[in-house]
Amino acid sequence: MSIEKLSLRNGRLIDPKNGIDDKLDLHLANGQVAAIGNAPDGFSGARSIDVSGQVICPGLVDLAARLPDLDSELAAAVAGGVTSVACPPDTRPPLDEPGLVERLVRRCADVGLARVLPLGALTVGLKGEALTELNSLARAGCVTFSQGNVPITDNLVLLRAMQYATSFGLTLRLHPQDAYLAHDGVAHDGEVASRLGLPAIPAAAETVALATALELVRATGAKVHFARLSAAASLDMLRRARSEGLAVSCDVGVHHLHLTDMDIGYFDSAARFDPPLRSQRDRAALSAAAAEGLLAICSDHTPIDEDGKQVPFGEAAAGATSLELLLPLTLKWAAAEKLPLSTALARITCDPAAILGCAAGHLAVGAPADICIFDPEAIWELSPGQLVSQGKNTPFMGCGMQGRVSTTIVGGRVVFSRQPG
Amino acid sequence: MTKPVQRNPQLNANGELTHLLSTEGLPREVLTHILDTAASFMEVSERDVKKVPLLRGKSVFNLFFENSTRTRTTFEIAAKRLSADVINLDINRSSTAKGETLLDTIDNLCAMHADMFVVRHATSGAPYLIAEHLARVGRSDIHVVNAGDGRHAHPTQGLLDMYTIRHFKKEFHNLTVAIVGDILHSRVARSDIHALATLGAGEIRAVGPQTLLPTQLEKLGVRVFHDMEEGLRGCDVVIMLRLQNERMSGALLPSAREYFRYYGLTTRKLALAKPDAIVMHPGPMNRGIEIDSDVADGAQAVILPQVTFGIAVRMAVLSIVAGN
Repeated sequence: MSIEKLSLRNGRLIDPKNGIDDKLDLHLANGQVAAIGNAPDGFSGARSIDVSGQVICPGLVDLAARLPDLDSELAAAVAGGVTSVACPPDTRPPLDEPGLVERLVRRCADVGLARVLPLGALTVGLKGEALTELNSLARAGCVTFSQGNVPITDNLVLLRAMQYATSFGLTLRLHPQDAYLAHDGVAHDGEVASRLGLPAIPAAAETVALATALELVRATGAKVHFARLSAAASLDMLRRARSEGLAVSCDVGVHHLHLTDMDIGYFDSAARFDPPLRSQRDRAALSAAAAEGLLAICSDHTPIDEDGKQVPFGEAAAGATSLELLLPLTLKWAAAEKLPLSTALARITCDPAAILGCAAGHLAVGAPADICIFDPEAIWELSPGQLVSQGKNTPFMGCGMQGRVSTTIVGGRVVFSRQPG
Repeated sequence: MTKPVQRNPQLNANGELTHLLSTEGLPREVLTHILDTAASFMEVSERDVKKVPLLRGKSVFNLFFENSTRTRTTFEIAAKRLSADVINLDINRSSTAKGETLLDTIDNLCAMHADMFVVRHATSGAPYLIAEHLARVGRSDIHVVNAGDGRHAHPTQGLLDMYTIRHFKKEFHNLTVAIVGDILHSRVARSDIHALATLGAGEIRAVGPQTLLPTQLEKLGVRVFHDMEEGLRGCDVVIMLRLQNERMSGALLPSAREYFRYYGLTTRKLALAKPDAIVMHPGPMNRGIEIDSDVADGAQAVILPQVTFGIAVRMAVLSIVAGN
């Protein structure tokens, strides 16, 4: 449904970036925010939606979501209030050529639901050897450059990648994990892995890779985003780096704010993640770092079919379906941390938008009309049938959730509205 | 966070053993009941007609996704002495190559009216997946016995070790037990540690270089030693572990020679334990690597009795999980 003008009336407008949290109407025209509060000229008789009792906020911006099937997963995104998603380059084939990126961008435009921001492959075939044509990829639409979950083991390649990217003002995204220390590990190196006999990944796998990368950032002045941190010890390293003025940012997967290695229970493959769920101390430190604003929050959406999870824990694919859970899990985290709603929403709107350098993530006049409207009081129970995503793999299956998206708008167009009941 | 705590999948709603997946989390009465039942089966193996009819008409499938002649044979003997029909399946990599998943295999065997699966698998937790799957498809009448999963558990080996210790030492409370060697990769060590802790062993020691010990082993109730002589001092029971060939040289250990020098059990080192200490090994032994032949064949070794007790213990486990 494409419309020129739309007013959202009687809702609670929260725009963390611009410090707004008030009962204000929002008026959209030509795919942009036209006015806040009173309707501008020319809006008499325009279509309006009564959203009383609901929150109007910027559409969520997700720093990492895998989209193996564009139709279903972009539908899942908008069902979760996510209007912009960054897609990691570890697709098949990887996004290492401009033609592949252009094709992805075109197909996403055809689907026409959430906006997709492709992350370009940093090295050809993600092999960690030769650099891709970063500038051509950027022209084709790539916002940052990443290896997905594939490590660069050769530090000289990493140094060159930072030097080259910095020459053109491009940003890198790294998943800090030392391949040798992670080895064949499948769980955090702690009591649980020792008890269950699971090959383990020590926290040092993350901190060693992070320390190396930070030293190279110091040497090159590169802009680097560190994706999906898992260890408490990483956070002080990043605080120090930021206080030195290094251009680094970081995020955490929403599951790591809630779960620990104890949630593996009796080998529950739904709790297999990369990086692994770590200890309670790590979880608490990540939660505090997200509360203070050091970490943005991403879904790290990874839909996996039954065959990928109905195998022994160590053989199971890592990750969980989570585009539709990003909002309720973030709200749940904020409630536990006793944070205002506006702070919680910042971690999934303006903070990731700033990291990606995209115009969305806030609602000032002239900003893209990407909107998420949700009922913060709605309580629901997660069941497979409620997920639009093809992936039904989540450790939260059967759990109670609070907060539910009712309407999602992208570029002024209503792309999702939940049928009541 | 809001998930309910999972019930121990080995026990049914009445707290009875329905699968044997691990010695961890089993109440002391269950362990003792298995050992007592095994004791009652010891004489069966000494009869002319070595059979009791407890599992007559039942089909026991030995599902070995990883090779093991010894464990499979002892399970086969145990099931046959209980009058069960035994079907041995060596499911090597070729069936995986044909694309059949573990649970496809299980579904097929369920359709053949299996009553029990004895499972050996290279990946930790595989028998739990099977037990969960059986519950999900409404086949909780089929029982699963773990015959060794990855590094996680080998509960019948753990139980036969407990049987051996009880046989020679009568009780557990005043015992100091040292487990020596590659504990990191050992499912036997984990099963022994949990069973010893539940049965109230006085002190459980783990002896090995840090490369072969799992993180936070102390949290399992174990005292860690890197010096074998310290670790053996005053012990009542010494359990030696097998060192796999592929781990004898590399970053875990420099060489088999150096390993033997520091962690091999010799007569001289055994003399530091109590004079009546017993020496156990789950087999197969690497003579001259983790254990010297003088010790393996010596008066304190109880390695062959372990094998004999193993059959009685497996008979006890099979009959108990089947509801006898």
